[in-house]
Order: sequence, then structure tokens, then C-alpha cells
Amino acid sequence: MSEGARAHRSNGGRRAWAVIALVIVLGAFGYLLYGGLDRNIVYFLTPQELLAKGTRAQDVPVRLGGQVVPGSVVWNAETLDLRFRVTDGAKDVAVHSTGAPPQMFRDGMGVVVEGRYGRDGIFQSSNLMVKHSNEYRAPAEGESPSEAYKSLIKEPSA
Amino acid sequence: MTRLIGADAILIALLIAVVGFALAMFGARRGRTTLIEAAYACVYTVFALITVATLAMIYALVTHDFSVSYVAQVGSRSTPTFFTVISLWGSLEGSILFWAWVLSLYSAAVVFLNRRREGLLVPYATATLFFVSIFFLILLVGPANPFLLMSPVPPDGPGPNPLLQNHVLMAVHPPLLYLGYVGMSVPFAFAVGAMLAGELKSAEWIRITRRWTLSAWGFLSLAIVAGMWWSYEVLGWGGYWAWDPVENASFLPWLTATAFLHSVMVQERRGMLRLWNLNLIVATFLLTILGTFLTRSGVLSSVHAFSEGPIGVYFLTFIAIVLVLTVAMVAGNSQQLRGAGRLDTVVSREAVFLFNNLFLTVFTFTVLLGTLFPLLAEAVRGVKVSVGEPFFNRMTLPVCAALLFLMGVGPSLPWKRMAPAEARRRLMAPAIGAVAGFVVGWLFGARNVYALLIFTFAAFAAVANVREFAEGTRARMRNLGERMPVALARLVGATRRRFGGYTAHLGVITLSVAVAASSTFRTERDATLLPGESLVVGGYEVRFNEMVGREEPQRTVIAADLTVLRGGREVGRMDPRLNYYRVQEQPVPTPSVRSRPAGDLYVNLMAFTPDGGQATIRVIVEPLVPWIWFGGAVVALGALISIFPTGRRRVAEATAERAVPSRQPAYPLTAAPTTNAADRA
Repeated sequence: MSEGARAHRSNGGRRAWAVIALVIVLGAFGYLLYGGLDRNIVYFLTPQELLAKGTRAQDVPVRLGGQVVPGSVVWNAETLDLRFRVTDGAKDVAVHSTGAPPQMFRDGMGVVVEGRYGRDGIFQSSNLMVKHSNEYRAPAEGESPSEAYKSLIKEPSA
Repeated sequence: MTRLIGADAILIALLIAVVGFALAMFGARRGRTTLIEAAYACVYTVFALITVATLAMIYALVTHDFSVSYVAQVGSRSTPTFFTVISLWGSLEGSILFWAWVLSLYSAAVVFLNRRREGLLVPYATATLFFVSIFFLILLVGPANPFLLMSPVPPDGPGPNPLLQNHVLMAVHPPLLYLGYVGMSVPFAFAVGAMLAGELKSAEWIRITRRWTLSAWGFLSLAIVAGMWWSYEVLGWGGYWAWDPVENASFLPWLTATAFLHSVMVQERRGMLRLWNLNLIVATFLLTILGTFLTRSGVLSSVHAFSEGPIGVYFLTFIAIVLVLTVAMVAGNSQQLRGAGRLDTVVSREAVFLFNNLFLTVFTFTVLLGTLFPLLAEAVRGVKVSVGEPFFNRMTLPVCAALLFLMGVGPSLPWKRMAPAEARRRLMAPAIGAVAGFVVGWLFGARNVYALLIFTFAAFAAVANVREFAEGTRARMRNLGERMPVALARLVGATRRRFGGYTAHLGVITLSVAVAASSTFRTERDATLLPGESLVVGGYEVRFNEMVGREEPQRTVIAADLTVLRGGREVGRMDPRLNYYRVQEQPVPTPSVRSRPAGDLYVNLMAFTPDGGQATIRVIVEPLVPWIWFGGAVVALGALISIFPTGRRRVAEATAERAVPSRQPAYPLTAAPTTNAADRA
């Protein structure tokens, strides 16, 4: 067999191998991608949209956005159980979460809760995010932390 | 006054950049040296002008000149001077100014270092850099003008975003990121320059490009790790990477640049992959622009802001122009881009590089898709979705494991070909390491498949890379009678490029293991405590003493005073805080971190009662976290080692390899630097 022919044959063999490897890798990647995206997309819904989806919205990961209904917040500091309702003005949904609420958590503020809407009609939150308003608003008169937490401040102001 | 100096400097810089672009293009086309030299003078002038504008902005910030719109936006009389200066890059307009300055700095450096070089490569690269500069200067004159007049002049401003003035790393992360991001414009400029000059076949442009990519890549690596550190120290959830779009934007060009740094070696050695490398450079540049677009236009922080503000349209237009022009140029040069060499066998280093590139491309594509999918979904289907961590982890962790595997195979195999039996022998030690890595991970209690994969293949790669250092050092000690530290230093010094690469590998391995360990063995607990009560987590007892408050000029600090005990003995005190900035109702949490080589104790103050009678804290014990930052520094050290030119190394290595063609390792055994620098460019 001539040198050229041997080189030619092994080239063909290598190319076939390369193509096979490429197809396998890309195929596996495509499969994972399809399954991955399909199962791991989290829909962002308002209470109204969530309730409109009915049972289809149950037990799938959802991000629920809205305002905390004033007066609905119940927090047990001992068990770290936090319950409140989230509204979009039209409908509201009961939310339960475990763990401490962020210090800034208040009535009427914008929140995004990540979790699942259970069959019992309660949204189990695994992650509670407080919506930072992008515009900074200085605290209202008498609400500034230096006044509200005066008893905690020991040193003279710098 | 300051405002006018800044605004005029930007305007004149734009005009000179346009002139410089025309001079460089025209001079290169006609081969007129005088025009090209005039274009080079324009580069220096633009650099000087943008420097003036940047200094004017810093001056305006420091003197609280609220007639300047940017100062009115981010300045405040109560902000400490340090944070006032670094708020230069704290918001859109200032960051574009800083970007333009870094680009003009890079342009000046490129021209200065290459001004004597013959041929048209550098003139055309200069024209390309001008082209990019013009885009950013247009932004500064138009939609992102930081020097607008405020009327009436406000007495005070809101100060920088509290999150950005809460930590010193904000002074480190953004400049590094810009040095990395903007630095990727230089390889792009040389790629375009080589195409325009018809010098694609010369080895010169790829050699220049490699070094510039390496330096930008080193900065980008540091920037990403500094960003992780910042988010760990500031955001209060005890994590450092959340596959957040902003993080992904910085990671994408890093991936393609990493792919380039590997595949460029195949081109240099074997003349293969010319077209591919060109595409990687262009892709890296476009990803930096895309990343800036994503993070600066507000597209991602709020999916609705797409049409809000004109800056996004500018970026999209620029990306489209660059894409069309480069695709046309690549197509026009396709004849020159045909590869020369061929792959000999799958059991060779170049084959490993091919797989490395395949996986890095897959990695890039996955991250890009996950990042952009919410935009696509909203545009096409009108639904708001987010793609969270599960998707990214599931998709990328297997790829990470594969890349770690290749990181071990690559250094173990020679270029061209090797007998399979020999290859098996070379891979035996790393394989034993892999088994050990798996067993150790398992014994420590890791049951997560991905974590075990990472431990296994990280150990595999660690053995292979450490062996390169060990064998080379031993050879020198035996053959030249050098002592161990001397032998190691000379080994690395004489083959900087190769051992710089292995050093970077060791950094990535360290980082991977630390990330896997800290996320796998993490323990976290929340509790509401009364004074004197304790929370026990992972062997630490954290006792709450009292709440303490403190007034500072720009903020009120409320802290929980905590005592940390281990085995009943006090080992330290911690004070997680909530910082209330004057300008914002919501406090910025500031966790307290106690770092030890074995791991971190991370405490965040979640809530407290106004009378200080109760505090809710979150305590997280995370092993090995400091090694993430250390690994990042080692990666950058590797880049630094590789950057420095060594003329003698090339000769020595080439000679050594010719002498022993198919055996690895082939170490240069020159004890003293040889004087033969003939191969130097």
C-alpha cells in the first residue's frame, strides 16, 4: 500500500470518528438542553394569573409577584413561620414561608416569592425577595433609623 | 467650568477619533507612512483628551459639583471621598466614560508597543480600535453624556447606590472587569487588522493577539472572582454565584477567550483551526459588547425596560454592524483561512484541545441561551419567565467535569501522536488520583452526583498537572544538580508559557474543588435569639449579646454583637450589620465573615426588634470558601507567568522536542540562559 493511500484511509477513519463523536456530544447536549429548559423555566406570575391557571399552576415552580396585603403579615419569631397574602390589586394569594423575613419586609411593599402553589391553596415560598425600588426614597420624617432605633445607638454621632 | 472641560474634551476626542480612523484607513490603503504616523498621533491625543475628561469627572465628583448631571445623579456630600471617587463607575454614564478611557489607554499601548512594526497590520488594527472608540464616544456625546448641565443646581445628591458603597471590593472588581472586557477589543482589532491587511497567514498577528488576549483574560479572571467575592461579602445569602444574567455576561467572553487561548496553540503548532480562532476572537469581542448591553441597558434587571432609554438601540446597532462587517471579511478571506495541518490521532494533545474547544463552546452556548431565554420568551410568547440555577447547574456541571478531565489528559499527552500503551501508562497516575478524589469526597459525605464528579476529575487533573511540575523539577535536579526551589523556579522561568498554563490549571482546579465543597457541605440555620441565647451550627456556637447602633455621616449602622465559641471556648466576636443609608428606606445587610483555611463562618443579621430585645440571625458554615478567591489569584498568576516573552525558550523547547520526538516530557535542560535569541520576533 502506498504512503498516500494509507494516509487517505486513516484520514477517512479519523473523520468518521470525529463526526460520530460530534454527533454524540451535540445530541446529548441537545437532549439535556431540551429537558433542562423545559423543566427549569420558572414562570413569573401575578396572583390573578396564578389563579387563572388553576390546577396547571399547582406544584410547578413559580415566581409570584405583587404587594404584601396590609395587615396580613403573621410572623412567629419562635418557629420562624411567616404567613402573608400577596395581591396585584385584583386577586390575592396566601403565602407561607419559613425563615426570617428580611428586615425591610413591610406591609404594602413589593415582593417576589419563589416557590410552589400547593393543592391546599397556599403558596409555599422557598425564597422571598423584597423588590428594591430603583429610586431611593429617603425615609419619612420620624421614621429614619437614627430616630427609630435611638435606644440602640450608644456612641455619639460622628 | 469642570463640566465644560469634560464635555469639550469628549467632543474633541470624538472628532479626532474620526479623523484618526480616516487617516489610518487611508494611510494603510495607500501605504503612506506619514498618514499612518498622523493616525498614531491621533491615538495618543484621544487618550490624552479622554484622560482629561475622566479627571474632570473625578474632580467634579470630589468637589461635589452638582451642576454636572452625573454628579447630581451619584454624588452626595455625606459619602466618604473614597466611595465618591469610585462612583465614577457606579452608574451608566460614568461607566461608559471609564470604558472609553480604558479603551483609549489600550489603544495608546498597542500603538506605542507596535509603532515600529512593518506592514499594514498595526495601521489597520489602529483603525479598528478607532472604530470601537468612536462608538463609545458617540454614546458619551449622546445618550450617555455624563457632563450635562443641571439647572437649577441641586444642593446635594442621593449618593451612589448603597449596595455599591458598602464594600471596598467595589473599588477592585469594576476596574478589573473593564481591563478584561475592554482588553478583548485589542485581539479583535488585530484579527480585523490581519484580515484587512491580508496577513492572516503570517504567524505574527496570532502571536501578538495571543499575548493581548492572555492579559485581558487574566484581568477578566480576577474580575470574575472579585465579583464573586463582592457578592459573597455584600449580598448576605452566603453564596457567590447565582447564574445571574449580570454574572453570566462577564463569564461568557471568559469562556470563549479560554477556548481561544487553547486552540491558538493548535494553530501555532500545527497550522490548524485558523478560521475557528478568528471566530473565537470575534465572538469574544461581541460577547463583551453584548454583556455591556445586557447589564447597562436595563434589559435584564427589568424585562420591561427594553424600549426604555435609547442606549440599548445603540448597542444593538453596533453589534449588528460589527457582525455584518466581520462575517463579510471572514468570507472574503476564506481562502487564506484554510487550515494547513491535519489531526494525526485522537490520542494527542491537539485532539484534547479540540475537545476542550467543543466543550467550552457548548458551555458558552448553554449560558448564553439560559441568559437570553427570558428575553426570547417575552418577545415571542409574551410570557415572563426566568431560568434559574437548576437549569444552569444541570447543564454546565457535567461540562465542567469533562473540562477538568481534559485538563488532566492534555498535559499528559504529547503533540502529534503517542503509542496507546504509552498513553495508558501516562494516564495511570491521574486515574489513581481520580479514584482517590472520589473516595475522599464520598468519605466526607458527598452524595451529590455533580459534586462527586467534580472531586473525581479535579483530583485527576491535579495529579496530571502537579506531575508536570514535579517531573521537570526532578529532571533538572538530577541533570543539573540544582536544588529543588531553584530547579522549580528555573523550570517555570524557562518554559513560562507552558508552566503558566499549568499554573492556571491548578488555580481552576483549586477553585472547582472549593466551589463543590462549599456548596455540598454547607450548613445553614436561622434563629431568633434573645440576649444570651445561642445558635449551634456545624461545631460553632454563636451567642447573641446585644444590639448596638452607630451613626456615621452617610449611614446608620445597626449591628448584632455576637460571640463565637468552639467547644465552649470563645474564639472570636462577630458583628453582622444592617446599614441604613440616608437615601434609601431599605437597609443594606452586611454579613460578618470569619475566614479560616478550613472554611468560613458566615453570619447575617436578618431582623431585629427596635428595642434590641431580639435578633434573628442566619448562620452558615461553608468549608473551603477562601480557596475560591485563592484559586482565582492563582489563575491570574498563571496568566502573568505566560505573558512574559522568552525568546530562548522557544529555541530550547523546539530543539528538545526534535531530539525526542514522541516522548514526553521534553524539558529544556539549559542551566543558564542561552544567548541565542534568533527566534525572537
